[in-house]
Amino acid sequence: MKFVFIIAGVLISVLTIAAGLIYVERRLLALFQDRLGPNRVGPFGLLQVIADMIKIFFKEDWIPPFADKAVFVMAPGILIATILLTFAVIPFADNFIVLDSNIGLLFFLGNSSLGVYSIVLGGWASNNKYSLLGSIRASAQMLTYEVFMGLSLVGVIMMADSFSLRDIVEAQRGGWFVIPQFVGFVIFFIAGIAETHRTPFDIPEADGELVAGYHSEYSGMKFGMFFVGEYMGVTLISALIATLFFGGWLGPSFLPPAFWFFLKTAFFICMFILIRASLPRPRYDQLMELGWKVLLPLVLLNILITGGVLIYTHSL
Amino acid sequence: MLSILRSIWYTFLHAFHKRETQGYPEKLPYLPPRYRGRIILSRDSDGNERCVACNLCAAVCPVDCIALQAANDENGRRYPEFFRINFSRCIYCGFCEEACPTYAIQLIPDFEMGEYDRQNMVYEKEHLLISGEGKYHGYNFYNVAGVDMGVKGTGKGENEEAPVDLKNLIH
Amino acid sequence: MIKIQIDGTFYEVKGDRNLLETCLALGFDIPYFCNHPSLGSVGACRLCAVKKFADADDKKGRVVMSCMEAVTEGMRISVNDPAVKTFRAAVIEGLMTNHPHDCPICDEGGECHLQDMTVMTGHNYRKFVFKKRTYNNQNLGPFVQHEMNRCIQCYRCVRFYRDYAGGKDLNVFGSANHVYFGRHKDGILESEFSGNLVEVCPTGVFTDKPLKKHYARKWDMTNAPSVCMHCGLGCNIIVSERYGSVRRVMSRYNGSVNGYFICDRGRFGYEFINNPDRIKKIQFRPSKNNNLQEAREVSETGLSEIFKSGKVVGIGSPRASLESNFALSALVGKNNFFHGISGKEQKLIQKAVSILESGIAHSPSLKEIEKCDAVLILGEDVTNTAPMMALSLRQASRNKTLGIAAKLGIPKWNDNAVREMDQDTKSPFFIASSFSTKLDELADEIYNAAPGDIARFGYSIASAINSGAPVLIHPDEKLQNRVRKIADALSAAENPLIVTCITSGNEDILNASANIAIALSTAGKKPSIAIAFPECNSVGLSMLDGGSLDEAADTISKNGADTLIILENDLYGRLSLKNADSIFEKCRQIIVLDHLMNETAKRADILLPASTFADSVGTIVNNEGRAQRFYNVIQVAEPVKESWRWISDMVKISEKNNDYTWDKFDNVVASLVSSYPVFSGIKEKMVSADFRFFNEKIARQNKRFSGRTAMNANISVSEPKPPQDNDSPLNFSMEGYKGDPPSSLIPYYWSPGWNSSQSMTKYMDEPEGHLKEGGDPGIIIFSNKNKSSVDYFKNFPDPFKAKPGELLIVPVYMIFGSEELSSKGETIAERISEPFILFNEKEITKLQLIENEKSKFIINQVVITAIVKHDNKIPDGVAGLSVLTAGMQYTDLPDLGKVLST
Repeated sequence: MKFVFIIAGVLISVLTIAAGLIYVERRLLALFQDRLGPNRVGPFGLLQVIADMIKIFFKEDWIPPFADKAVFVMAPGILIATILLTFAVIPFADNFIVLDSNIGLLFFLGNSSLGVYSIVLGGWASNNKYSLLGSIRASAQMLTYEVFMGLSLVGVIMMADSFSLRDIVEAQRGGWFVIPQFVGFVIFFIAGIAETHRTPFDIPEADGELVAGYHSEYSGMKFGMFFVGEYMGVTLISALIATLFFGGWLGPSFLPPAFWFFLKTAFFICMFILIRASLPRPRYDQLMELGWKVLLPLVLLNILITGGVLIYTHSL
Repeated sequence: MLSILRSIWYTFLHAFHKRETQGYPEKLPYLPPRYRGRIILSRDSDGNERCVACNLCAAVCPVDCIALQAANDENGRRYPEFFRINFSRCIYCGFCEEACPTYAIQLIPDFEMGEYDRQNMVYEKEHLLISGEGKYHGYNFYNVAGVDMGVKGTGKGENEEAPVDLKNLIH
Repeated sequence: MIKIQIDGTFYEVKGDRNLLETCLALGFDIPYFCNHPSLGSVGACRLCAVKKFADADDKKGRVVMSCMEAVTEGMRISVNDPAVKTFRAAVIEGLMTNHPHDCPICDEGGECHLQDMTVMTGHNYRKFVFKKRTYNNQNLGPFVQHEMNRCIQCYRCVRFYRDYAGGKDLNVFGSANHVYFGRHKDGILESEFSGNLVEVCPTGVFTDKPLKKHYARKWDMTNAPSVCMHCGLGCNIIVSERYGSVRRVMSRYNGSVNGYFICDRGRFGYEFINNPDRIKKIQFRPSKNNNLQEAREVSETGLSEIFKSGKVVGIGSPRASLESNFALSALVGKNNFFHGISGKEQKLIQKAVSILESGIAHSPSLKEIEKCDAVLILGEDVTNTAPMMALSLRQASRNKTLGIAAKLGIPKWNDNAVREMDQDTKSPFFIASSFSTKLDELADEIYNAAPGDIARFGYSIASAINSGAPVLIHPDEKLQNRVRKIADALSAAENPLIVTCITSGNEDILNASANIAIALSTAGKKPSIAIAFPECNSVGLSMLDGGSLDEAADTISKNGADTLIILENDLYGRLSLKNADSIFEKCRQIIVLDHLMNETAKRADILLPASTFADSVGTIVNNEGRAQRFYNVIQVAEPVKESWRWISDMVKISEKNNDYTWDKFDNVVASLVSSYPVFSGIKEKMVSADFRFFNEKIARQNKRFSGRTAMNANISVSEPKPPQDNDSPLNFSMEGYKGDPPSSLIPYYWSPGWNSSQSMTKYMDEPEGHLKEGGDPGIIIFSNKNKSSVDYFKNFPDPFKAKPGELLIVPVYMIFGSEELSSKGETIAERISEPFILFNEKEITKLQLIENEKSKFIINQVVITAIVKHDNKIPDGVAGLSVLTAGMQYTDLPDLGKVLST
């Protein structure tokens, strides 16, 4: 019974946060751009989310006649599924976790690799040259950043000596990993942005050149799933950053542990939006160059140094 | 690298700046008197319509959205029998106001012209004519026109001599 | 050819016109006001200054008025010299010191020569600080609006009105800075050509008064080339439309027909098109006793049954186009087609056409009439029946003066010098008429007699010219001397002209004119005969096979007819009440196609709305035998259709002959030409609807046409597609060829920098010359047969003897009122007089009538009430009765009549 309660709690909170982000992102972007943002529907425009949902449900859900129908319908589902599955291993609090797996982190990495399929298949099934270009870019970008996203976490794993996310959090009782693993944190953050293809790494959907990339042909709720999927990805990466580098639910005891976790996650979500408001999109080749020529050596160096330091401290 | 962080910082600082958003329609914006909005037809200081149906506004209109027909009243004063502007075509360029020799046609600071039915964008003279003089006060074209059009007698206008006495050879 | 040098470039020119017109013909834009190619030049405005150099070495030169300068061999001038440019700007500045500030309310605005010239010279700011001079205006009648404040004293109006058109009541008054152009007091301008002041005046002193009532700017009007429908001369006109109604008619230049001018009937006669009495609905009468009811389509009126059984008779009309008349004759068959004119008139017209076609005399154009050096008018009051011919005759009377001037080395264009030299010299000019006419003032000899006596007078002239002619010598020695004087003058002339008549209803006059022409050509001269045919297409109709109305009445009363189709014709204006009624009673079903309600239309069982000349395309033939095409300016509005299209529908319903169903105008023309090869020129030489000029149609609208997206917005804000025109090579829009179109398709005159009608010059090879791009429009239909086959006419009528108590009543035609269509316009209606009857004063006393009071007369059982007036030139026993289409019952004149009561 408790298990069902936890699953329901995770699902509801993730979906609520993702939907709420539609509103929050618009309000925050407006904040950074000296505007007001949506403020017409309900108090402070809070009902904007509902309005948008109603709108997107009533939109014509059109499948192009030239599309591969089965794949076209499946693609957005894959995205939502992989992200939601990942939330199973995230410890919201000490005992608030769906699946306390001893390979939690690997599970996350595996799922995020599967997420690429959603985009590749969506673009391919659309049978539209812009969509296909978008998904080719997406696969290249996500494969690249997948590599050092994993590598950037090796330092954390070495220090916690476990793949279990719960253990990793517990390992931070002495101090957050962001301090010894600062480089790892930065690289994971960058890779996270790329993984969720948010601005400035929204090259797969680059409106200016690819119309809307892999989801050009999507409309109605299928588009809505891509749209919400993106926000869930943002939430996921923020939650992971909080878990892996900022001590997860740990915090002073005057507030419940889950609250600390949400607070840290929310902070990183805001960082995502702030970065979107600030930085322009790099060129595709610049993105790949940064990945392979700067970040990969850096992350390898980080592993080497972390390893060296660990061997040194253990040998003492 | 630093510049990226600096950009992010500056963007963040914008969160504490003054909002640029105008609270329209609760708070109406200030529009300067020469704002080019809805077109009206004005009257002169005697309360007569200023338009003399010269057709210059219609001729200069780049989208040809003004149509009118001249007529003469019982005194011979010329006025438009009908005067129609198709606002669904109007681009608010203000050429008509510039072309108008009588200050009759004027663009005013009002842009709230949305309609659900496009047919309602067609304005006839009774919709266009206002009861005042608009931006330009005290001008009456017929006083300076130099001819008698049933408004003032020959030679009674500004800068005119009394009519010539043909029977008089001394001048 | 003469070689002259203008601004360093050499040009070859003819040298018979003044320097200004020569430069204009070469394409130079020299501003001018007072010069007019037909009026000559007097150097009044001082605007057309150019610099003339003495020889090739002269560097200084001197400013001269180009309109007063003859073109000489080796002449060197400069048009663009800074000195003359400054001079011209200063002249305009001077002229503008008193010009009012009223272009927005001036009807000339947008087509004003003064505006054009001011822009051309560059003057734009009035530096003169003193007040503007003003004048009181006059009411000049219903045609012309007067606004003297706008005057720039170019003198064109009086030079046209008095010198060219022979008017008496417009003049120039005052002196120095107080010069005034007007009448001695308010009143109607008497001249038949007063409307031309609108076009002659370079600014807005004289403007079109009927236009003022429904004013539209020149650039806003849709225009089409057309031909005047109000007399037999076929003057070329431009018809202009705005918002679906005709707004005005302007003259369209045709160097062989009307030149720059048209008469007032032509200019202001268009208003019948806008008449509220226009038939615009299909109407039918369910049974004989019912009133006409509206029908939505023809099939409701049961037309198909009519055509499938029974005999159909068709009556055509001399005021309908050739194509419509032909269509009707094709529908009913030649044997059942009748010209809609009386037997007498038909006989006269056919005789007149046969005389013109026989080749014994040339059929002159109006331009050729101007060149004739002796004129004899037999029985015609040209001023009232064919006004523009009278204007040409006025010019012809000056040929002697011009000849003398030429001998003295004074060129024709130097108008003032020629007129100073003139001192009342006139070419030989003779008139024989039953009453006084306006041209009497030009005549050397006037013979007033009854029509039969005029014919005898003509026969005697023929016999005096050539002894071979049948001999008729007047016993009266004085009269015989006059005959000899006229005969001598005609014999001495190179190009003598005989103007003869149909309207007086006397065939002997035609025969006598033919005799004079035969006599003159036997004597080696080249005589011309000009005839004023009664209606616009009288000549064209007479060339189609068909009987007269009298024959139609006979056929119907003998054999009966199931259906009678009447094409654009009012039988009550051509037959006596009794005869017309009898035709209608004998027919089971009467179909009338017409555009205006009249007595005939009221008798119709099926009334179909036909289009007028303004909303249809057609061809008519004028008095010269010139076929000319008029084009539609208004789009035909359902259910109105062109007559030929209605008839084509009837052919379809009758299922008789599918060759005669036409969906395009050109197909009617093709059918017409295959049936009547005499008209082959119409098909071969006139442009067809698929004609394209540089791959484009010709636009009826100026490129500045305004209000396109608003004019129909009150009906629906969605704009309709521009109407398509499959019957003409013209477009109902601004789209089309941008340049000078072919001469027969000029919809309006405009040239860059020349917005007024003065831009006409740009369309000609030289001022007063012929049109570029195809020459003067129109195709001569008359074929000149071998003249040797024509013999003298020999049957002299008896001299007229007045019987006591009996009067010979002759018709007196009026410019306003005698023509049916123009009389239906409100402006012309203001000028129509009440019915009147003319006697000499002795006769009035004898008959105990009171002048200026109404009296009753009986003519062939018809009672006429008319105001008695005097004209002392009317012989004893003769009375002249006004011919009016409205307010008077039809009587066949001339006829005997008597006084009923006083």
